[in-house]
Amino acid sequence: MNDIAPPVALTAANYKSGTKPIWCPGCGDFTVLNAVTKALALVQRPPHEVAVVSGIGCSSRIPAYTSCYGFHGVHGRSLAAATGLKVARPDLTVLVAGGDGDGYSIGGNHFLHACRRNVDLTYIVMDNHVYGMTKGQASPTTEPDWDNKLSPGGTGVRSFHPLVIALASGANFVARAFAGDQNTTAEIIAQGIRHPGFSFIEILSPCITFRPEQREWKHHVHAAAVEATDDAARAARRIMTDDGFNIGVLYAGNRTPYPAHAASDAQSTRNAVAALETEFQL
Amino acid sequence: MAASAMQAPAPTARIAAGAGMSIALAGSGGSGVMTAGTLLLDAAARAGLYGLMVRTSGPQIRGGEAAALLRLSPQPTQSLDDGFDLLLAIDWQNVNRFADEIPLKPGALLIGDSDEGEAPEVFKAGGARQFGFPLKKMAKAIPGSWINMLALGLSGALAGLPAQALEAALTGSWKRGDAALQANLAALRRGIEAAAGIESPRRLELGAGARTKRWNVSGNEAAGYGAIRGGVRFVAAYPITPATEMLEWMAPALIKVGGSLLQAEDELASVNMIIGASFGGVPSLTATAGPGLALMTEGIGLAVSAEVPIVVVDVMRGGPSTGIPAKSEQSDLSFAVGGLHGDAPRLVVAPTSIGDCLSATQWAVELAEALQTAAIVLSDQFMGQSRAIIDPPDDAAGSARRETAAAGAPDYKRYRDTPSGVSPMAIPGTPGVTYTADGLEHTEAGVPSSQARDHRVQLDKRERKLALHDYGARWADIEGKGATAVITFGSASGPVREAVLRAAAQGVAVRLIALRLLAPLQAQHLAAALEGVQQVLVVEQNHGAQLYRYLRSMIDLPGRKASFHRPGPLPLRPGEVASWIVEQASALEGVST
Repeated sequence: MNDIAPPVALTAANYKSGTKPIWCPGCGDFTVLNAVTKALALVQRPPHEVAVVSGIGCSSRIPAYTSCYGFHGVHGRSLAAATGLKVARPDLTVLVAGGDGDGYSIGGNHFLHACRRNVDLTYIVMDNHVYGMTKGQASPTTEPDWDNKLSPGGTGVRSFHPLVIALASGANFVARAFAGDQNTTAEIIAQGIRHPGFSFIEILSPCITFRPEQREWKHHVHAAAVEATDDAARAARRIMTDDGFNIGVLYAGNRTPYPAHAASDAQSTRNAVAALETEFQL
Repeated sequence: MAASAMQAPAPTARIAAGAGMSIALAGSGGSGVMTAGTLLLDAAARAGLYGLMVRTSGPQIRGGEAAALLRLSPQPTQSLDDGFDLLLAIDWQNVNRFADEIPLKPGALLIGDSDEGEAPEVFKAGGARQFGFPLKKMAKAIPGSWINMLALGLSGALAGLPAQALEAALTGSWKRGDAALQANLAALRRGIEAAAGIESPRRLELGAGARTKRWNVSGNEAAGYGAIRGGVRFVAAYPITPATEMLEWMAPALIKVGGSLLQAEDELASVNMIIGASFGGVPSLTATAGPGLALMTEGIGLAVSAEVPIVVVDVMRGGPSTGIPAKSEQSDLSFAVGGLHGDAPRLVVAPTSIGDCLSATQWAVELAEALQTAAIVLSDQFMGQSRAIIDPPDDAAGSARRETAAAGAPDYKRYRDTPSGVSPMAIPGTPGVTYTADGLEHTEAGVPSSQARDHRVQLDKRERKLALHDYGARWADIEGKGATAVITFGSASGPVREAVLRAAAQGVAVRLIALRLLAPLQAQHLAAALEGVQQVLVVEQNHGAQLYRYLRSMIDLPGRKASFHRPGPLPLRPGEVASWIVEQASALEGVST
């Protein structure tokens, strides 16, 4: 990945590290990885100016599979790490990626606050309604009657609606994508990157190992019938009433993003640091 | 015979006379005692004195009892005295709750509002001289004035401060209209007049000379400024007592230096935010107290494993759990030095005074940056929320910096197994050296690995970089010589230093070692500092003798050993520590003869 002199036009291949993913054959995350690299090629930022931040889980392994700077932190805290990075380094393009357990369960509080804070991040959740890395437990998006060893007969707990929560919490861009459709997913991710503020993209990404029935998702998904709206109330109604397989950008708002850290030059910083002392002097 | 760790006795009524004058201003919340105390400290500084003001209050947000505990002295002072020369209560409502915190010296003055009933028995027991004034009525007689300005005049005059210093302190801090200022200046003068007939138990020798170089600063402000001097430009934090003032001071200060502070949703977020920012190349810090530190531990382990420099300031308070939020205790030491899962070498630095909150925090930033790891700074409520008149703190700026990777460095490996253990860190935006930082165990290139060899190499690397670093002389303050050594840390260093001086006055020579670098413990340097010592005494403010146990687990302390440990919230008093040191010294003589 010698990207010192980038080619005139970067291609998806320039964003791949070549490291072999640990994912199971048939995992939806392979195509999400392809879509992410295609999206970055659409945006044309060199890999060293992009950071991919994640937490823990199958999909959270994605940073090292790109040629960008990667940050593979602890479970559930990807949005926090990415927030610090983007606020301190507004010049970088920061993508955040992870799964439904990482983002909606252990990281749920950060999800709410990342939406309302509206830092200019693009957050991709590869949602497969299951904990794959720990081998098949229910996540917040798992159906209540899904039988598994940890919750025999199902959790009995209603599933979580991430898109509505993102909208209600203030996310500035809300979209749903499907891993099986790489090109559309790449387009949506590129739009999310370009859109100012916090962009949330829920990607239905099947786990055929623990949820083989998700192979059927490809037959259920369909393109959203109407264009994205900037009216949150309309978007909420649409998201609340759709069948969960409505693919496309569902909301694109115009909230002002969280202000970036405005670094100053070295000399004026030195003077400003010294001047703080006068506050304490008698 | 080696004494085992033993519980320190409860503070006794035995009060020795320390230097300076100690004044407690108490009242119910809203009576303005903190403002009066702050102005009294300011006036003392203007009169050429050093001073310390400790804040104590009940648990109520507004309206509870509060007290400003001051010690004014011609010499630098880092500790409260054993007792107070003056207790001035604006009212007696619940002030009895401070009985343990405000012991009165024999012959102390006890002043209250004569219309508000008798002073509580507990304060009168020691034979204090009582005086009453109709404070409320006196304030009412001057329309627009506040009762606390009467208290300022009274206490300031009894301390022997010149009227112009008191007036200048009030005028200098005034932010309202002139009519109200005049009314309060009148109240101040009325207080000064009222003090005329009272003989003060102490006369302060007013200083002169170099006072304009002195600072008026709290430990929390000093730590904030130390962080900025050290290069911190990003802070993420969640409000928590008693660390919040550090954050509130830093928020506008960071903007002035081209940085920023972000209020996080919780401490899990704040620690991960600073890790993210520091991964981006910006030196970053968070400040919290025990409960927040507990929440942050997984993140601190990530900083250790992924080798991302961060600084976490823990302004300690009474624990465990929610504990005693607004009062001090040194009980997070064990947790700071040992409380991460896995083998996770980290830095733990403790300031030894309010001024050292600046230098030690600045040093912690430099160490974290140079060693690419997490540094925990153990301040506490006593230092953090107290304000002191001090000589300007030492600028701890050193030459160590974060080592970064150059663009296109050949065969770049982020976690390369270098001789020093430190490997250059590529900063996002630098071409040709991209990598993924990882909390999973990894190879030198940063690829996740569960292989024994990689784990061993990286564990050794992370341990080695801390072990090989030259920390210089800053690891401890070492003073004096003697057959007895006293080891302490953090805010206990103030009273212990004074106790050592008092013991010396009684003919007991003591070597004082106030540790600043608690992890990695500088065992070899400590052993050298203890060379020839026949007994080692360890003094700390917690219930579990945490420093004593830590030292015993890490180093073969020479000779007889004893521990003085008492939990918060009562501060350690120099007198009780001095008595204990003298007792231990005689016990040693008993052993050797």
